[in-house]
This record gives sequence, structure tokens and C-alpha cells, in this order.
Amino acid sequence: MIIIQYLKDDRGGAFMLGLLVLTTIVIPVCNLLVPESSGLHISTYTMTLMGKYLCYALLAMAVDLVWGYLGILSLGHGAFFALGGYAMGMYLMRQIGSRGVYGDPILPDFMVFLNWQLLPWFWHGFDWFWFAMLMVVLVPGLLALVFGWLAFRSRVTGVYLSIITQALTYALLLAFFRNEMGFGGNNGLTDFKDILGFSLQADSTRAGLFIASGLALGLGYLSCLYITRSRLGKLCTAIRDQEDRARFIGYRVENVKLWIFTFSAMLAGVAGALYVPQVGIINPGEFSPLASIEIVIWVAVGGRATLYGAVAGALMVNYAKSYLTAAMPDAWLFALGALFVLVTLLLPRGVTGLLRKKEVTQ
Amino acid sequence: MTVLEAMRSYMRRDQIFEFLIPDIPPDLDLTHGVILYLDGINVSFDGFKAINDLNLYIEDGELRCIIGPNGAGKTTMMDIITGKTRPDSGSAWFGQQINLLEMDEPEIAAAGIGRKFQKPTVFEQHAVTDNLELAMAGDKRVWATLNARLNGEQRDRIEEVLQIIGLENHSKNQAGSLSHGQKQWLEIGMLLMQNPKLLLVDEPAAGMTHQEMDRTAELLTSLAGTRSVIVVEHDMDFVRSIAGKVTVLHQGSVLAEGSMDEVQNDQRVIEVYLGE
Repeated sequence: MIIIQYLKDDRGGAFMLGLLVLTTIVIPVCNLLVPESSGLHISTYTMTLMGKYLCYALLAMAVDLVWGYLGILSLGHGAFFALGGYAMGMYLMRQIGSRGVYGDPILPDFMVFLNWQLLPWFWHGFDWFWFAMLMVVLVPGLLALVFGWLAFRSRVTGVYLSIITQALTYALLLAFFRNEMGFGGNNGLTDFKDILGFSLQADSTRAGLFIASGLALGLGYLSCLYITRSRLGKLCTAIRDQEDRARFIGYRVENVKLWIFTFSAMLAGVAGALYVPQVGIINPGEFSPLASIEIVIWVAVGGRATLYGAVAGALMVNYAKSYLTAAMPDAWLFALGALFVLVTLLLPRGVTGLLRKKEVTQ
Repeated sequence: MTVLEAMRSYMRRDQIFEFLIPDIPPDLDLTHGVILYLDGINVSFDGFKAINDLNLYIEDGELRCIIGPNGAGKTTMMDIITGKTRPDSGSAWFGQQINLLEMDEPEIAAAGIGRKFQKPTVFEQHAVTDNLELAMAGDKRVWATLNARLNGEQRDRIEEVLQIIGLENHSKNQAGSLSHGQKQWLEIGMLLMQNPKLLLVDEPAAGMTHQEMDRTAELLTSLAGTRSVIVVEHDMDFVRSIAGKVTVLHQGSVLAEGSMDEVQNDQRVIEVYLGE
């Protein structure tokens, strides 16, 4: 009920949610029910692409929660996204069963290829969907909890924290590249067949995943809205601006940072889990520092400390990426760099900052 | 036998397990009328003795001014009381029961010591009322803060503090848009929302106009009595206007103590501080 109250004051967010509900309904309908000959038909490729964007948007929102509201510039959120993705990937691998190239009923292909005889202990349980889904939030959450507990308790802040988050994701990148880790090494996990018994190649499954992504983004938005509008949210921005003051009026700043950071990591994990079945692969590349920096750019472009801004930023930059990498593959990284510089110089409050400025002057 | 006894003690239904008994901090005990004891405190930073055998006692309800030249250790002393700096030796007690050296900043704040910084530090992005709401005494753990809502009594309390600090017409304004003096008052208001028993106020009059200074002096004097107030200040006129007892710090220890007139006529004080 209080959420409805919050949404009334949040016109940008309400508009975004409305649009999200509309796309989540219209796109699957146009894909499944409208015949291919019709002009209104939306191809499965487009729908999956959009689903991927929605996952990115959820990831951007998770980063915005810790960066925009709490002032923690995490350059390692890609790690939580990838861990969520790997948890989902492991479930999908187990679902392949004996349909793999080597036909082993238990071991995934890459393990047979490496001559492994037994399933490693940490792969057990991932044949149950509920267990895998639990891991999707627990593994990133636990990592964030341990990492955050160590970092925030020692009062590591600012650029030093950014550097160690970057180091975290880089360390995981190197670890996941190794075959001995048991996560498929360089190639990662791929060749998925079905999820909960539905074929991943079927249009209807794709539509279901798209709807799930939209739903996750919507619910994620509402929960972030609840947090940011509560007294805890006010406290977060207070900590961002005057950490000492917050401490001396009696708040345990490190606990606030820890729980928000953990929640954000869990959101990123969910985003990763929905991303993997739609793109059909998860490999260590997702851990690369560059990927995490890109997320920060999405948020900066959209506008920090507005949740819908992060969503808008993620959608815009990724659309531009899809377009440019097809039209001018070499230009993309230059464009990304230029975008970041221009936004920092000219639009410190991001694209949505332009709209809000209008609101204020009225 | 011991195993059996241990088992029996665990099975006793009239007692709860020891580890389940919450660790309740002792209440503020003012039976001797002294709210703050600093005893033989020493702090050094890289060999520089910032505080040198400092002894300071503040009575309940007292308004104490602390003056001293730059580097006399005034801010370091505040840091020790609020838990930001750990002394090398000495003891610091809040009332008879609460050992300040065993607590960290949030615990000390919860025990009833509020601190105003030298530079006005308010949450500039928030409205004035939000600043006060955040500072309000109460359960400040994460989950409780997430679900906290203002009730009528708490709203009244915010209104009351707004009246005291004279910002009732600015309640909806952003704290960042206030003038320098108003920010100082807002910060004092935030201290009041914490219901502290002891207020540490660092240079409240810095950068204020004369009218603002008078109002601040009035405000601080009105606070003393029900609470104890320690004011660190450079401005002599301001210190004289709030009267009370004055302590002069020099090179990390107390040089002189007494009324403003006594202190000003003290030969040592004249030498080191007043400088004439």
C-alpha cells in the first residue's frame, strides 16, 4: 500500500513501470499470436534481445542502488551477475542429461572431455530447480556479505573500494578460466537444452523467459523503490554525503552498507540467472573488469540516484551497442569511451537529469 | 558428574541460557553529580603528544567552555569522548558506570553523547525535517530503519525542536539551501533529537554574524541544566556571553579552570593564550 503512495510521487518510475507492463504483455503476444506474415509480428530474435536488455536493466538498477544512493562505486558487480548466471548455467547443464555429445547421463560434456570420473561435490543439487534458484541469490549474496563485511568494517571507502571490487571480479575471472575449477574453463557452460522441461529453442519458452525478465525488473524496481523511499533510503544518501555525521548520530554505517550491498548483489544474481538461458551461454568473460565498468557507464548515462534512470541508461546504451557493433564494429569502444566522457562533462545527472531539470524549473 | 551437572543446568526450565541474555549496557549513573570523567588521558600521533595527562570533570547540567590556542588538543579530546580516537592511556567514564573507551561511535551516541562538528555537517540533500528525523533517538538498526514510520508523538517532537532552533519556517527546505548559521542550528537540533545527556559543541559561533551569535549563545544556555554542554570556542566575546565555567587547554593538558574573569587574570593563561 505504501508502495502505491511512493509511486504517486515518482512519475518517472510510474511511467517506466507502465511501459514495462505494456512491453511484457505486447511483445510475447506479437511474437506468439500474430502470424509471421503480419507487419506487427515480432521475431523471436528481437524478443530475446529485449529480454537480454531487461536483464541488463535489472543489473544497472542494482549498481545504481549502491552507487547512486550509497556512494559505493562498485566496479565488480559483473561478478555477482556472472555468479547468478553460473548457478543457472549449472542447472541447465544438469538438465542436458544424456543428450550431450558424449552421452554421459551424469557428467556434463566438458568433464567427460577432461576425463573426470565423478561429479564434483559443488555440482550436486543443481539438478533441482529450486536449489539452483536458491543458489542464484545465495552465492552472490554470500560473496557480497563476506567481501562487504571485510571491506566496510575496515572502513575502506572511495576509490580504494572501487579498486578492490575490480580486483575481486578479476580474481574470479582468472579462477573461472581454469579447467580445474570445474566450471567449464575458457568455454564456460553452453549447449543448454531445456529449462523445467520446456525446450529453450521453443518460441513459447523464450516468451516465458522474456516475461520472467520483465517481472523480475518490475519487482526489483518496486523493492528498490521501497528501500530508497524509506528512512533507510534517506539514511543511505545521508551516508553518501556525510558519513561521519551519520555515524555520530548513532547509525552503524558499516551494517547499512553491508546489507544494501548484499541486496544489490542478489539482484545482480537474479539478473544473471535470467540472462543465461536467453543468450544460451555463460563463460568467464562476464567476469571481465571491462564488463563491470560498462555497467557503471549505463548508470552514469541514465542518471545516478534515479532508479528508472539506470533502467533507461542500460536500455539506451545496449541498444546503441547492438546497433553500432553491427554497423561499425570497430567504432563501438570509441563510442563507449566518448559517451562516458561526454556524459561526465555535460550531463553529470545523466539523461534523466535533463527531464528532471525541466520539472524543477516548472 | 560435571557432565551430568552441565546437562541438568541446561535442562532447567526456570532459567534461560546464558548466551541468550542480551548484553544490556549499564544505565547512565549520576549519583555523584558528575557526568564525564577524563582521567590521565594521553594520546600521541607519531610522537607528537596531542593530549598530555588530561584530567577533566564535567558536572551534570553544567555548561562548560573550553578554550585554548590551536593545537591545544580540543578536537582530539572530543574525538576521544565520542570514540573516534583511542587514547594510549587513561580512562574516560560517562557517569559512574559507562566506560567510553570500550565503546564505538554509534554505541556512544546511543548512550547519550551528541557531537556537533566544527564545520557544519548536515545532510544537505535532505529537507530540514528529514535531517531531524534521521537523527531522532530510537532503534537505529538496519531493519528497523527500513520499516520506520513517524508517529504523531515523533512528529510533535520534530516540531518542537524546529521551534527551539528557530527553523520552523524552513522545515521543508533542503538543508543545503540554509545559511551558514542556520546549518549550525540545524546541527544542534539534530543533536537534540538524539536526546543526549551530554552535548559536545565544537566552535558553534565560527563564521556567524553578531545577531546569529547572540541567538546561538541563548540557545546553548537554554540547553544547559537539563543536559550538560561542552562548548569549544575561539571567540572570547562569545565565551563571555555564555558565562559558565571555563577550562583552558594548553599543549594537551588543563592549564587553568574557573570563571571567565578568573581565567583571564591568570598569569599563565595570559602568557600562552591571550598573548598580551
